[in-house]
Amino acid sequence: MSVRILAVLLVMIATGALAQGFAGLGTESDGFSNPEPGQALVFPDDHGPHPDFRIEWWYLTANLKGANGADFGLQWTLFRSALRPGADNGWSASQTFMAHAAVTTASRHFSTERFARGGIGQAGVAADPFSAWIDDWQMNSGAAAGEDPLAALHVTARGPDFSYDIKLTAAGPLVLHGDDGFSVKSTSGQASYYYSQPFYTVTGKINLPSGPVEVSGQAWLDREWSSQPLDPDQTGWDWLSLHFDDGSKLMGFRLRSRSEDAYTSATWIDPSGETTAYGDGVLQMTPGRAQKVANRALPIEWRLQLAERDLDITVEAINPNSWMETMVPYWEGPITVVGSHGGRGYLEMTGYE
Amino acid sequence: MIAAGISALLSHWHYRPLQLATLIVGLALATGLWTGVQAINSEARSSYDRAAAVLGQDTLKRLQSKTGLPITADRFVALRRAGWLVSPVVEGTLRLGRTRVRVMGIDVFTLPQGATSFGLSGDTGIADIVAGNDLVLVHPETAEALSKSGLNLRTSLQVVPGDLMADIPTAWTLLKRQDFDYLLLASDQPAGLAPLSEIAPDLERIEPDPQGDIARLTDSFHLNLTAFGFLSFAVGLFIVHATIGLAFEQRRTVIRTLRALGMPNRTVILLLLTETLVLALIAGLLGVVLGYGIAAALLPDVAATLAGLYGASVPGSLALRPDWILTGLAIAFGGALLAVGQGLWRIARMPLLAPAQPRAWAMASLKNSRWTAFAAAVFLLMSLTTAWFGGGLSAGFLTLGTLLLGAAMLLPALLILALRLGARTARSAIAEWVWADMRQQVPGLSLALMALMLALAANIGVSTMVASFRYTFTGWLDQRLASELYVAADNEAEAEALRAFLAERADAVLPIRTTEIEIVGLPVFLYGIADHATYRDHWPLLERGENVWDRVAAGDGALINEQLFRRGGYRLGDRLPVAPGWTEEIVGIYSDYGNPTGQVIVSHDRLMRYFPDIPKLRHAVRVAPERAEALVAALVGEFGLSPGNILNQADLKRFSLRVFDRTFLVTGALNTLTLGIAGFAMLAKLLTLSTMRLSQMAPVWAVGTTRATLARLEMLRTVALAFLTWLVALPVGLALAWVLLAIVNVEAFGWRLPMHIFPADWLWLLVLAMIAAGFAAAIPVWRLARTRPAEFLKVFAHER
Amino acid sequence: MLLALRDVRKSFTTEEGPVDVLKGVSLELDAGQHLALTGESGSGKSTLLHLIAGLDAPDSGEIRVAGADIAHMDDPQLAALRRDRIGLVFQQFNLIPSLTVAQNLAFHARLAGRLDRDWNTHLTERLGLIECLKRYPEQLSGGQQQRVAIGRTLAARPELILADEPTGNLDEDTGDAVIDLMLQLVADVKAGFILVTHSVRLASLLNRRLHLTHGRLQ
Repeated sequence: MSVRILAVLLVMIATGALAQGFAGLGTESDGFSNPEPGQALVFPDDHGPHPDFRIEWWYLTANLKGANGADFGLQWTLFRSALRPGADNGWSASQTFMAHAAVTTASRHFSTERFARGGIGQAGVAADPFSAWIDDWQMNSGAAAGEDPLAALHVTARGPDFSYDIKLTAAGPLVLHGDDGFSVKSTSGQASYYYSQPFYTVTGKINLPSGPVEVSGQAWLDREWSSQPLDPDQTGWDWLSLHFDDGSKLMGFRLRSRSEDAYTSATWIDPSGETTAYGDGVLQMTPGRAQKVANRALPIEWRLQLAERDLDITVEAINPNSWMETMVPYWEGPITVVGSHGGRGYLEMTGYE
Repeated sequence: MIAAGISALLSHWHYRPLQLATLIVGLALATGLWTGVQAINSEARSSYDRAAAVLGQDTLKRLQSKTGLPITADRFVALRRAGWLVSPVVEGTLRLGRTRVRVMGIDVFTLPQGATSFGLSGDTGIADIVAGNDLVLVHPETAEALSKSGLNLRTSLQVVPGDLMADIPTAWTLLKRQDFDYLLLASDQPAGLAPLSEIAPDLERIEPDPQGDIARLTDSFHLNLTAFGFLSFAVGLFIVHATIGLAFEQRRTVIRTLRALGMPNRTVILLLLTETLVLALIAGLLGVVLGYGIAAALLPDVAATLAGLYGASVPGSLALRPDWILTGLAIAFGGALLAVGQGLWRIARMPLLAPAQPRAWAMASLKNSRWTAFAAAVFLLMSLTTAWFGGGLSAGFLTLGTLLLGAAMLLPALLILALRLGARTARSAIAEWVWADMRQQVPGLSLALMALMLALAANIGVSTMVASFRYTFTGWLDQRLASELYVAADNEAEAEALRAFLAERADAVLPIRTTEIEIVGLPVFLYGIADHATYRDHWPLLERGENVWDRVAAGDGALINEQLFRRGGYRLGDRLPVAPGWTEEIVGIYSDYGNPTGQVIVSHDRLMRYFPDIPKLRHAVRVAPERAEALVAALVGEFGLSPGNILNQADLKRFSLRVFDRTFLVTGALNTLTLGIAGFAMLAKLLTLSTMRLSQMAPVWAVGTTRATLARLEMLRTVALAFLTWLVALPVGLALAWVLLAIVNVEAFGWRLPMHIFPADWLWLLVLAMIAAGFAAAIPVWRLARTRPAEFLKVFAHER
Repeated sequence: MLLALRDVRKSFTTEEGPVDVLKGVSLELDAGQHLALTGESGSGKSTLLHLIAGLDAPDSGEIRVAGADIAHMDDPQLAALRRDRIGLVFQQFNLIPSLTVAQNLAFHARLAGRLDRDWNTHLTERLGLIECLKRYPEQLSGGQQQRVAIGRTLAARPELILADEPTGNLDEDTGDAVIDLMLQLVADVKAGFILVTHSVRLASLLNRRLHLTHGRLQ
């Protein structure tokens, strides 16, 4: 899910958290570490922040249903962006944080955002016991001792017109994308560290202006960090995480480029957590029906084909207006899956002007 | 028919281009000065609005500690973690060289919407603010003043001049602090949070302040300017009224003919009205251009005034704003219509066969002047009453207004009385005629003379006020700036070394320690002073208790400045809440001119015990005056102190007086302009009357007086009237000065000044007034002296 | 010889070019003699009167008042002539509006330094102006105003009195009364008198009459 990096960059530039522009980031990384292939991820340490890398996130999306069967989407994201390598305590702000939270129903989309500097306690992440927070939003581990800290989570967030409080339990193992967590993002070699916990079952409560709703369903947590992730030529992306009815899962993205064909990548996840990574071009993503959202045409329907898995499906937005009215806006919302496989999932689209 | 009517009516101007010019110039002048003042006010107000809107102070509530103590950084984080959307601000003043700035430390991460008026998005200057390179945002004008400060400056037009915006850690470094003054409260808070009264009972919510302190402080100043603008406008209207009245009078024949030929009265009036509006448009546009010029020329001085008197920052450049352009045009139209109204009314009611001959000469109606004198007396009585019983700035201005109005209305009666008395001294027929004729001229000239009187009185009043102020200020500076040198170190270590260095070379080194506190919601500067003869001998105390200096030295009493004394309504012996858990008895009050804020002086040791972290960088140095230069050289050469850190007394006084003089430059300029316009009003009126004057003088000429004599007498009369007007203006001006010094200043600035009298200035003004009157009379007199006998003869022979 | 005119010419410049108003007028008048000067409107009779009074200068010719040629006098000399020797009564605007009737009556005499209070009182009575002494000209009727003008002229006891349509603004009855009074008083002071009028009836009251046509006397 490293495609989200650009969003972070853009937001951080806009909030003034970055001294250099995006162009600077595309070419060099001033003392920051870079992802290397063959570097094994170590848990629970890697659940925590990596302050020597420029950017990082804890990204949770959930497909939920209310007691009456109504669909809900839920998002909780904490972005970390470093101004300088290393974690300093105090107000000098070498580390900065940004968070997004959203709840989507078939007809409404609630979203909000928060910003904070690191080092003063207002926002931060600890690996073990795992805890990620900004203001009163939190993602805390509820896992038993000896378990992976991400095996159970308590997640809350609050916006001006909504809030939620959910508990998550992982029914499967962590999964690593790409080459044991080393995920390549372009033909010229940009990459990130990328792993997920896609096996959460969720119960909890969402408060909306219309009243509280008890919800349950599935969730997917992405963890990713890097310093120099994108090719300057790349203009935007389309990313999906899918929970199929048979228990298998798929992560796929498509990076659009100014000069070349789109770069795609995918990870197939067995119900047991066995993964298969597919490189550029294996997953076919074809935009379908477009709709005018926030004054731009967005494909709210996609056709996905993965021949090796006999997959040919169509995904469609549950609420086409899942527009994040944040400082840097983008589309993020729950989708339904029909075709060779049934299921639900999340779609993210950025860079559409 | 309408076309014929238009050309018949307009032909008038063709024959009287001077009248047309007078009309347009008069209206343009009136509009111009008014517009200029409005443009200045509008520029200043927009800058106050910007200042008031800094960090959303005009719309956002804030949280402040009830005790007035700072809020810790942990407190902020705890409130955020509790879900409250708050954003911390640390604020303080900083002296950088000679520039005093307000430092505002902000947290761009949490700044609520509505506080981000300097534009968070897209402004890359802002992007750098948290980059850890101690960047500060300032207005370009401030950047210029701080160019040698060594700060990492970035300019933004969105920052108020005099403000310095920086990220919290940068501001902390500059202010040497680690905490916050208040927290901004975002207007949209999430639902379901624990109430603040539970989690932060020690903090209180402060309501937003839509106006801002500066706007309130400077109200009186702008009222002043507006009053001046209005005065000029009124004077200008006299001109227009006179000219338009004459033009209507002279066109009666044409109008009668038009009507006799069958043009409806309505059409005639409509044509005249249209003509007025077109003239007003032309004059209004000219006036707006003129106003822009005046405002652009005066604004730097106004900015200096505002900075000097109130600490308000207004940029010295003028922006074109639709508000004053439109009001300028509107007032031109309004003025023209007001001036033309009477004439139109007369024409509307004029019977078809009314005699076309103008009423020869308005008689000095005794009844009329008695009535005016009675109204004048009422106004003057009102003025006296408000001066005696009234309180507050509005009462001060009411006193001023009624005084001027009453005096102006009394003027004709006074002049007639004086002329009547003068006539008794007449021994010859000609002298008798001159007096009588002057008296007869009074009603016709009274408006112009009133304008002149107002301009003269304003001049005398304001210049007496300013001169008194300057006189007092100069004396006060001598007392206040008793030390020979003022030196500052850049850091504590250097300060330590500096004290050691000076200890051997100077007679005394007096520490200057200051911090900003708040007393009943107003910012106040708290000073700690050492016990030294410098203060005991020189400090300008207005009121003192017993053993005042011993008590201050013993840490048992505080001195406060006059501003704080008046604003707080304190008396000697009252206890002043200096800080939480610290009150001091007020043992003395000192004068403190030119300073907008309150001050408190306590003993140095007492201050440092309570505020141990106050920077110990600034010092006053006593040394024999003749050795001061050598000490400065030693400080720079031997000690290595930057010359910018040393101020000597003479420089400081020069600088202060320069600031003072600049401060009042604008008043002087407006004074002169108003006087000029009053002169022009005289000219316009005299020109208007000059044709009528012919029939007054022809009989005198016919019975054996030369035209040259008549012209000389005419000049003498005008100048004599100006002289008499000046005589009346003198006491009015002095009364005005008294009201300004004793009422308006106290309310506006917080200090009362003794009144000093400068008769040389009055004589100079008399000369100016006579010159103005002489100039005004020059053209009509010149025309009179050159009038051909045939013109005089027409008076006797023909119906005009 | 009080007044002698020889070949006096005067032209005015108008928009249609110069117009000759007086084309060589010669005339003599002895002290105490009364002359009526009649003529059509525009015949030049007023102009002739103005020239005699020194209010305007002729283009050529000679005007002698008590032997002095006034054609070559400068402004102050002419002013002195009007003040000391001549009295003027016009059709209108004779009076000084800022002075009272009393002051107007005495004005010319005081200017000439010849004020005689008894004579002045006598005149005031004869002219029926006692009631009006404190009033201003504006407050008087036309006939009263003209009587003040006559009084002012006679109070100064000039050698030559010039009147230009003095009753032109008055109705016939008032006019006749004013002229009657004027002739009596002029006779009393033994002044030379020239009355300019277009009325043949008024002219007939005077012993000598001259008619001016097209700039020439007949």
